[in-house]
Amino acid sequence: MLPSDLKAEQFVGYPPKARELAVAHLATLRRLPLSFAPSLLREVIDYDFKFPAERASIDRELATLSSLTTAQLKEWFQPFSQLSLSPKLENLDWINQPALFVEQLSAYLWTTHQLDAFREAATTYGDRTRTAAVSEPAAVRRLGIAVIGQGVESYDGPLFRNLRKHGTYFKRVKPENGVALLLTGVETRAQAHPVPYGHWYVDGGQAVDHGQLISCISFQKLEPVRAALLKNIQTEISKPGMGPEELRTHMARLSPSDLGMEKGGDEVLERFEVKLFTEGSGTQIFSTTFAQWATREALRRAQPNTLLVRFAPRQRQKPMNELMTVSDSKPELDPTGSLIDADMGAYYHWINQQRLPGSEQSSFLVWFEGHSHALVIAPSLPQGTESNSALDLGELLSLAE
Amino acid sequence: MGGSSFVHGQAAAKKRKVIVITFGGGARDQETFAPEGQENIPHMLQELAPQSSFFTQVMNQGILGHYVATASLATGVYETLNNFSAVPPEHPTVFEYFRKDLNRPSSSTWVVAPSNGFNRIGESDYRSYGPGLGAKVILPKHLLSAATSGATADYNHLLRDNYETPLYTPQIGGGEFELQQMEKILKLSVDDFKAHARTVSSPDELSIYITKRLMKLESPSLLWITMHDIDIAHSGAYSLYIEAIRRTDRLCAELWQAVQAEPEYAGNTSMFILPDFGRDADEDAGGNGFQHHRTGDPASRTTWMMALGAGVRQGMVYDRPLQSIDLVPTLGSIMGFSPKLSQGTPIHELL
Repeated sequence: MLPSDLKAEQFVGYPPKARELAVAHLATLRRLPLSFAPSLLREVIDYDFKFPAERASIDRELATLSSLTTAQLKEWFQPFSQLSLSPKLENLDWINQPALFVEQLSAYLWTTHQLDAFREAATTYGDRTRTAAVSEPAAVRRLGIAVIGQGVESYDGPLFRNLRKHGTYFKRVKPENGVALLLTGVETRAQAHPVPYGHWYVDGGQAVDHGQLISCISFQKLEPVRAALLKNIQTEISKPGMGPEELRTHMARLSPSDLGMEKGGDEVLERFEVKLFTEGSGTQIFSTTFAQWATREALRRAQPNTLLVRFAPRQRQKPMNELMTVSDSKPELDPTGSLIDADMGAYYHWINQQRLPGSEQSSFLVWFEGHSHALVIAPSLPQGTESNSALDLGELLSLAE
Repeated sequence: MGGSSFVHGQAAAKKRKVIVITFGGGARDQETFAPEGQENIPHMLQELAPQSSFFTQVMNQGILGHYVATASLATGVYETLNNFSAVPPEHPTVFEYFRKDLNRPSSSTWVVAPSNGFNRIGESDYRSYGPGLGAKVILPKHLLSAATSGATADYNHLLRDNYETPLYTPQIGGGEFELQQMEKILKLSVDDFKAHARTVSSPDELSIYITKRLMKLESPSLLWITMHDIDIAHSGAYSLYIEAIRRTDRLCAELWQAVQAEPEYAGNTSMFILPDFGRDADEDAGGNGFQHHRTGDPASRTTWMMALGAGVRQGMVYDRPLQSIDLVPTLGSIMGFSPKLSQGTPIHELL
């Protein structure tokens, strides 16, 4: 089946808001090539469980597409139309299972050496939609905060190497009460600009006290979900015919209730949390990976005004000889390795923040927890320099804002 | 007389050895040979590079999965097999060309590979090549698994098949080197093997140990080792990725030292070291930096190759782009076989 054959009743399986949206834009959807339409439907089908920023983005994209003339549409989608697809793909139920289609399309494009052409087409399309559908300027400058190195007593290696050229390195920071001061700053911003899912706190360990206006996720709080997922996987992989691709498809379909999350909570946030484990790689194992991936996904999807991530020590990867000789499997922690992971995670945090609108005005602060080293990137601060100012984290935050 | 030089040339060709080391966990330039990564590869940079011809741009235009990419490296054709299935390559492998064209016994070619999925890498199912003409494959982790049957949870963690699909281990599908052969060929009892495994820190160290025993006891002319520790990057822990690069760097130098120490190899061995591809760039929004190789961006498709030893010009750096499938025809030219179906081009700087 091709998009030109789409009918309104085929969206009956979609959640209410998603169905309404798809039917309202049926004429536009019919004009799209098969190599593209399921990618858009993959976003539409989850519309009811998307963050406000994602919904606005889908609305804008559909409005932009609906505004194009036939000639413009043809020109925009010509690179997608030129891709050759298999009859097997055409026969998939891509309306109700768009994510599965996209996964199989990706495998097909790799196999037929068409991935580079698809990649180029997608990049051009993304640039066009971003240009055509300019989002409203944010009411507040975006701020990212990364707290790294929890539990590390001393570290002689270089820190913030990838970020130094972009900001000011502070080497006499007063570390006392640092985490609380930073979270107070986040809460102040949340009170001043109370936007749903606009202010986040991600913790790779156990979350500390924080304001109610902040969306918070933590590795420790989600331990029962993680355990339920690993148990679920063990059950699945013992089934005949199960392979890595089938397992991935199975995991993509898991819902919060499948993993024991109680009904009645914040379903948007709970679905986000489940996806961190079912779509992330390594998030089920290492808390540093969880914190990095959660930060990336929160920025990409919710586009918050403020995001503080605090990395915690992950479990230590045991070398082979220890695995073979030590019977006690109680996990040990690796604070220094976690600091190196988090240092890179902070760099990725900044990169992902810079992909969002208003990046030229946004700020970023990274602090080596409990120590006197921090770096701040802000429009008002010089780049690639060092400062001897003795400031506490609250004062440093004021510089960043 | 012409006859005597012919005989001499044939004897020299017969003695020529080639070792290929691939990193079945792509490594990026910025963590290896780019200035900011050089601290991670002191052995390759200071000990091996001065002796080598170094190629700075090796492009992989195929599918960026480790098994399919390694199969492509071994056939000289961008294979399109399912990366997660234990299936043989579609086209003849370098091992089949070598053995068939030069009439070599099965003991002359060996592959040491990391995971169950690689157990079919030794030979294709191509008609006129295929079964019986390929390389024997040793999967050290599979051997360890067999040797430690009834293992603890820790063992299971250790024996995790690969890092691309860490939660799933494919079943082995024929052609594997069995435990009893270990005793016969490697002269290694199960207890000795297990005892040694307790002294090494990673699966790649175990692979190098097996490789050295193969060199000593079988002296294969064409030896292919795929290292895999670097692919821990898929777990998202940057420190473990860097640690694995440093270990791999040390192991490459260790193997080269073993080549110099083995009379059968010293002076007549060419060694090639190359990652199968790179990893995603930090800046590519479609990926997550070093963690994966899913975007197909230039960073994930581009890597390097180091060639050193017999017949290689030392201290040379070549910046022209190569294809990773150029390796097989190059080996063909060096060793005197004809990889008819390879789609690559011999690297003239190595001939």
